[in-house]
Amino acid sequence: MSNATQLLRFITAGSVDDGKSTLIGRLLHDSKSIFEDQLSAISKTSEKRGMAAVDLSLLTDGLQAEREQGITIDVAYRYFATPKRKFIIGDTPGHEQYTRNMVTAASTANLVVILIDARKGVLTQTRRHTYLASLVGVPHIVLAVNKMDMVGYSEDTFNAIVAEYRAFAAQLGIHDVTCIPMSALNGDMVVEHGDNLSWYKGAPLLDFLENVVIDYDVNTADFRYPVQWVCRPQTNEYHDFRGYMGRIESGEIAVGDEITVLPSGRTSKVKEIVTYDGKLQRAYAPQSVTLTLEDEIDISRGDMFVKSGVNPPKVEKEFESMLCWLSEAPLDLNRKYIIKHTTRMVKCLFSRLEYRVDVNTLAHHATDKLNMNDIARVAMKVQQPLALDHYGKNRFTGSFIVIDEATNNTVAAGMIV
Amino acid sequence: MTAHTFTHLDALESESIHIMREVAAECKNPALLFSGGKDSIVMLRLAEKAFRPAKFPFPLVHIDTEHNFPEVIATRDKLAADLGERLIVRSLEDSIKRGSIVIKDPDKPRNPYQSVTLLETIAEFGFDACMGGARRDEEKARAKERIFSFRDEFGQWDPKNQRPELWDIYNTRVHAGENIRVFPISNWTEMDIWEYIAREKLYIPEIYYAHKREVIRRGNSVIPVSHLVQPKPGEKVEVLSVRFRTVGDMTCTAPVESCASNAQEIIEETSTTRITERGATRMDDQTSEASMELRKKEGYF
Repeated sequence: MSNATQLLRFITAGSVDDGKSTLIGRLLHDSKSIFEDQLSAISKTSEKRGMAAVDLSLLTDGLQAEREQGITIDVAYRYFATPKRKFIIGDTPGHEQYTRNMVTAASTANLVVILIDARKGVLTQTRRHTYLASLVGVPHIVLAVNKMDMVGYSEDTFNAIVAEYRAFAAQLGIHDVTCIPMSALNGDMVVEHGDNLSWYKGAPLLDFLENVVIDYDVNTADFRYPVQWVCRPQTNEYHDFRGYMGRIESGEIAVGDEITVLPSGRTSKVKEIVTYDGKLQRAYAPQSVTLTLEDEIDISRGDMFVKSGVNPPKVEKEFESMLCWLSEAPLDLNRKYIIKHTTRMVKCLFSRLEYRVDVNTLAHHATDKLNMNDIARVAMKVQQPLALDHYGKNRFTGSFIVIDEATNNTVAAGMIV
Repeated sequence: MTAHTFTHLDALESESIHIMREVAAECKNPALLFSGGKDSIVMLRLAEKAFRPAKFPFPLVHIDTEHNFPEVIATRDKLAADLGERLIVRSLEDSIKRGSIVIKDPDKPRNPYQSVTLLETIAEFGFDACMGGARRDEEKARAKERIFSFRDEFGQWDPKNQRPELWDIYNTRVHAGENIRVFPISNWTEMDIWEYIAREKLYIPEIYYAHKREVIRRGNSVIPVSHLVQPKPGEKVEVLSVRFRTVGDMTCTAPVESCASNAQEIIEETSTTRITERGATRMDDQTSEASMELRKKEGYF
């Protein structure tokens, strides 16, 4: 356990003006994750553009098109490590198509850092970022009140912003927020505490990222095991071997446990938990394993194993979801789409649009169309029943993507409600 | 194992296994690109973890520039044979003979031409998915690439028009003639690779470990002397203790000075190094800030 380092995935939400790129640059720089050749490359570019200091935001601008235009067009992933944890940062641009990019990056994140400019306080975009983080169910939220140097490191300013933000977050049912004053530019409260914010008694951002408890970010109670691949070696040694390969998306399983196969409802018992490194008595999310069963029953990819009788998912053909439309082509209510839910692909129809959410005001509006970046509550029908959990209970079995059959593009992300 | 001892390597490993199984299940005719380099050796172990006790549901494929280090090719053949898996090798020389690659100087780096032979091989076997061992920490353009990276019928990558990738739900669908490149170890870093090599006790080509080698200095780089690279007049051959951080084209892969003779010592060196893997070793990536992006747009994996 002593040498075991955990993996934490987080995203930063905020615009360039809030100092987002500077914050990421500062985290990478002060944790010594920037290499000399990278620093030399961005120094040259900064000089070419006539900047006085090295622009740390250039570190995160990956593509030629972006460097030419000084913009970020998509989600980029950055990596850094400290002796305690490995980190993956999902870096998203802060302007147009924001909803689409943030939802994408947030879908795999344990934590979001929402940046605020201390001079401006809680803005419309802060509300939007917070709503999207809660929609996608990011387990931990950090409010980074940046540019404290521009407000004289004032404790009163910080407290006023925090009070306003907490009141708003409470409306969304978010109570677990960690608020940190900082100056990314000067490095206060990013990696080091610094002397300027001595009135703040909490830990610097990196310290928090290293220590926040993420063990319970996955649902540890409900065993969910979508079958990915049926393994039948048909060799002499493994003549009758029939293993169901997959990843435990939530919960745990032990040899001898009774399972139910959904949607068929047939039951059996776990005979073995097989891995390359030997057989196990018990396995946990998110391990990838191979299960064998006591009985020969008809099982194929797309079926889901759950523990019999324990908090089963709904098995349904009609359900409602929150949908984030990602494609430039709007939703066509007359068309059939394909949805991929866990390891199952089925045809689907959108039967009704309940309302569209204005991500700036959170107001609900009646609507008959969905365009890119729109978020709406919809009713849908699928061709074959799916084993569904409420997204708030289970991110893995409560989520799906929508694929356009004609273009094969991913056009929407859905969350079961 | 309990939930509390699930380390970052366990998390990365499980993610990679999940990705490989999705490819096997949803793609009609996948392949695993295997060069004998350290990242692809990690991929091989992940494939064992994903599919044993059965055989891999795909062949191994190597696009040979014929500029590879002999130790790497020997490792490639040994590992494929030890595992009893099918290995398909296609060579740039075949494309040169066909006339689809025209090379001005046979001794110059050949990485830019690899895409041609790769696309020809994809067409020859009708592969609809090729898994590769590229990592996002290697290079800026890679940092923006999806795990399932869609390519059009010319094998081209359009960075501005990528499919959104949410949760762990991968869209594997392609039309006939199109294909996807899949990068199961996208989220691994150089350090993760070395930690995994140490943990799994993986056999890798010996040139990754410190050894004495004849080199010449050109500009800021140290270049290994080989049948392809001979000293020019005035250049001095030195014998240094070096290791390779990457093992690509012999004419443009520079070793680093090192005394690290096993994976643990390399981990210690890697944790203190101040230069990126490609920055230290790949002269072809230094020609312009966008070299990798341009090559990828042309079909490079």
